[in-house]
Amino acid sequence: MEVRVANVRKEFERFPALHDVSLDIKSGELIALLGPSGSGKTTLLRLIAGLERPTKGTIFFGDEDASQKSIQDRNVGFVFQHYALFRHMTVADNIGFGLKVRHGAARPPAQEIRRRASELLDLVQLSGLEKRYPAQLSGGQRQRVALARAMAIEPKVLLLDEPFGALDAQVRRELRRWLREIHDRTGHTTVFVTHDQEEALELADRVVVMSQGRIEQVGSADEIYDTPNSPFVYSFIGESSCLPVKVESGEVWIADRSIGLSAPHAASGDALLYFRPHDVELLDGCSGCIAGTVAASRRVAGTRRVELEIGGERQRVEVELPVDHPAAQKSRVAFRPRRWKLFPASEPGKAS
Amino acid sequence: MADPEIKSYEPHHESQSAAVTESRPVRIVAMAVAFAFLAIFLLMPLIVVFHEALAKGIGAYSEALASSDTRSAIRLTLLVAAISVPLNLVFGISAAWAIAKFEFKGKAFLTTLIDLPFSVSPVISGLVYVLLFGAQGVLGAWLKAHGVVILFAVPGIVLATVFVTFPFVARELIPLMQEQGNGDEEAALSLGANGWQTFWYVTLPNIKWGLLYGVLLCNARAMGEFGAVSVVSGHIRGLTNTMPLHVEILYNEYNAVGAFAVASLLAGLALVTLVLKTLLEMRYGAEIAATRGH
Amino acid sequence: MTTAPAPAGWRFKQPSVIPGFGLTLGFSLAYLTLIILIPLSGLVWRSAALGWTDFWAIAADRRTINALEISFGTAFIAAGVNVVFGTIVAWVLVRYRFPGRRIVDAMVDLPFALPTAVAGIALTTLYAPNGWIGKLLMPLGIKVAYTPLGIVIALVFIGLPFVVRTVQPIMEELDKEVEEAAATLGANRFQIITRILFPGLAPAIITGFSLAFARGVGEYGSVIFIAGNLPFKSEIAPLLIVIRLEEYNYPAATAIAAIMLALSFLMLLVVNLAQSWSRKRYG
Repeated sequence: MEVRVANVRKEFERFPALHDVSLDIKSGELIALLGPSGSGKTTLLRLIAGLERPTKGTIFFGDEDASQKSIQDRNVGFVFQHYALFRHMTVADNIGFGLKVRHGAARPPAQEIRRRASELLDLVQLSGLEKRYPAQLSGGQRQRVALARAMAIEPKVLLLDEPFGALDAQVRRELRRWLREIHDRTGHTTVFVTHDQEEALELADRVVVMSQGRIEQVGSADEIYDTPNSPFVYSFIGESSCLPVKVESGEVWIADRSIGLSAPHAASGDALLYFRPHDVELLDGCSGCIAGTVAASRRVAGTRRVELEIGGERQRVEVELPVDHPAAQKSRVAFRPRRWKLFPASEPGKAS
Repeated sequence: MADPEIKSYEPHHESQSAAVTESRPVRIVAMAVAFAFLAIFLLMPLIVVFHEALAKGIGAYSEALASSDTRSAIRLTLLVAAISVPLNLVFGISAAWAIAKFEFKGKAFLTTLIDLPFSVSPVISGLVYVLLFGAQGVLGAWLKAHGVVILFAVPGIVLATVFVTFPFVARELIPLMQEQGNGDEEAALSLGANGWQTFWYVTLPNIKWGLLYGVLLCNARAMGEFGAVSVVSGHIRGLTNTMPLHVEILYNEYNAVGAFAVASLLAGLALVTLVLKTLLEMRYGAEIAATRGH
Repeated sequence: MTTAPAPAGWRFKQPSVIPGFGLTLGFSLAYLTLIILIPLSGLVWRSAALGWTDFWAIAADRRTINALEISFGTAFIAAGVNVVFGTIVAWVLVRYRFPGRRIVDAMVDLPFALPTAVAGIALTTLYAPNGWIGKLLMPLGIKVAYTPLGIVIALVFIGLPFVVRTVQPIMEELDKEVEEAAATLGANRFQIITRILFPGLAPAIITGFSLAFARGVGEYGSVIFIAGNLPFKSEIAPLLIVIRLEEYNYPAATAIAAIMLALSFLMLLVVNLAQSWSRKRYG
């Protein structure tokens, strides 16, 4: 099922949580909503589910306007961060609940419900635990039951709110791979919320990066990482270094020196230069490059991170060096970013 | 906990979607039922007390309160509360200290024992003292031989009151002190404070609002206790009549104004207690133990 | 303080640097012994001294049985009424926002704070045939004051806060996500309440019921005014104890008290067992 979010705005007691957000989700896609706390990602997910109503705008399931439908009729599978399993019901009753509460002819016979529950338990690899109560399960098992319960109603779209947030690192990684497998097997259109970029980039077909109630960028993991389109995405996803620069006659300058990067299409004036610390070219001499004094250096696994002080204003940037690079304290290092992007400097608050 | 973004943005109940609240008509019916129930069972009895007390005018009211029997009943009630509340205060702190600060065998049993008066009929609470100190009682003959009067006298009333009110302070303090843990006390001790200093400067400030809350409830019950006191008092006018007992006597004599006049004082005490209790809960809710009621 | 054990050398206590264990435990035990244990053991000793035949003769007395039936029966009905209305009151207080909510919330504790004798005469005046409420019920042929129905009314008053205050905190802790989960699975509000919320609240409701019931069984002050106290009809067990005491019939008073205590403890035991079973199961 395709899901289309069209110009949706959501205010809570006049406080805007989402500003005019639009998003197209293709049928069968696995999408991550990624952003820091307060970015509106959970609000967007709850709006799609129908747990909240938009202040403005429309949400379409296929061609149907879903915003007019009650949550009960929307037929979405929602997996809550803390599972929200029914404590007084067995695992099988939890999974069968959505079928049991249907009315009249829509309700399958008890036997069919039981069969379906154990089928789903097989799918989530918990066969044989039908009779257990949630209290008797581990965190990872509860999460699987919650997913099975959501899938039992054959939802049009599967929504997961921080699905692995409450689990420890090991179980998290395991379930992540497993969720991808299940998705590929069942083909549900799936949207999940996370603040963990690794999780989003690894798992999702497309990642929606959100900040302060707006969508910053939508794209595949490669697009998001390699061509971030805003200072926020640059600094939120992966590591980045940022330097204030000047653009003049299609060249990038730091103070009075050209650093050998040409930007023919950039507007002249102050700008911010973003690049990845590991994506730099080290140079020997320095004409047309960035040079700085090593202020601090630390060993990070297979590489060495150095903090450089650049120019008279002692701007600090991070650059990654090979372990065997002879950079010592106070020694000078010259480099030029391989891949970089300029953003106009006059966007206060956006680049943090 | 939930993602902080849900928490800080989460709308309050009234603006929530149909998923987690009832439809408007159902809400209105539920509220109407609740209010009607509370009005009939709580509000009207309270109103009737003041209405009946003033039924014959303010003159009759103040006259009823001025009678010497009424005044001595008030004095006795104050005296009984003045003895039994401090006793139970000391006991409550002491029991809470032992139970909350230490791990020892039989702790659960001790806690159950403290709760006992809540599950015993007040009449039985009085009865046990009659069986102990009465003329046919275990100690009755001995007491009589030595001229000690407990039953049908102030000591008996105090004992019965202590019995029914002693859980209040302890029950309030035990969960509070358990929740606060031993960290503060251990810090004070490590800084060189002795046991008493630790209690005065560290523990007591931590528990003072909970303590006040317990004392408040304890006092309300001590001044209002009827059944237990009734059994041990002997109902001697002007001597062993507390205010609640005096209410009964006046009522049975068909002196409605008198009975309700004294009752209105007790109802006033109840209202003051409720107001103070609510203020304490509002301002120091976090510093009062989670267990409410009784 | 005479019984204060030396803190050192007592194996039943875990070591701790906090001082005062001997003093506080010793004082508490001494106090409990004097105030509770000795008097209560007096009761036990007295009823044991009665002998089985005497005890049985008192217990099987028609008036005793009737009084016990009335006490337990009216307390049961009143606790049931409180479960229904107390749960609604708690729900309204927890889930709905309306002006004056704090005041209404505070009002619920009135029966804790109002002396029982005051409640007794106030309720009697209200429900007497010429009282504000009694007047309205009279034409309908409903007599409240001086009947067992009056006892139920008094016990509803007394027991209400027990149910509300037990259920309320559990309602406050109810996880909204669970309700939302049920809604996303297609359950309507009625189904959510009956299948999800109610089972979650059931243990608290049962606890509230048993507290209100236990309190109602022993209640004296608020009942004796409104009950009319007709033997075999509206005479409660605590009153019968008082009557027997006034007749200096200590054995009978003791026996009735012992039966009441035993029945109450039995009931609390059953409730506690049921609760620990459900805790073990549902966590």
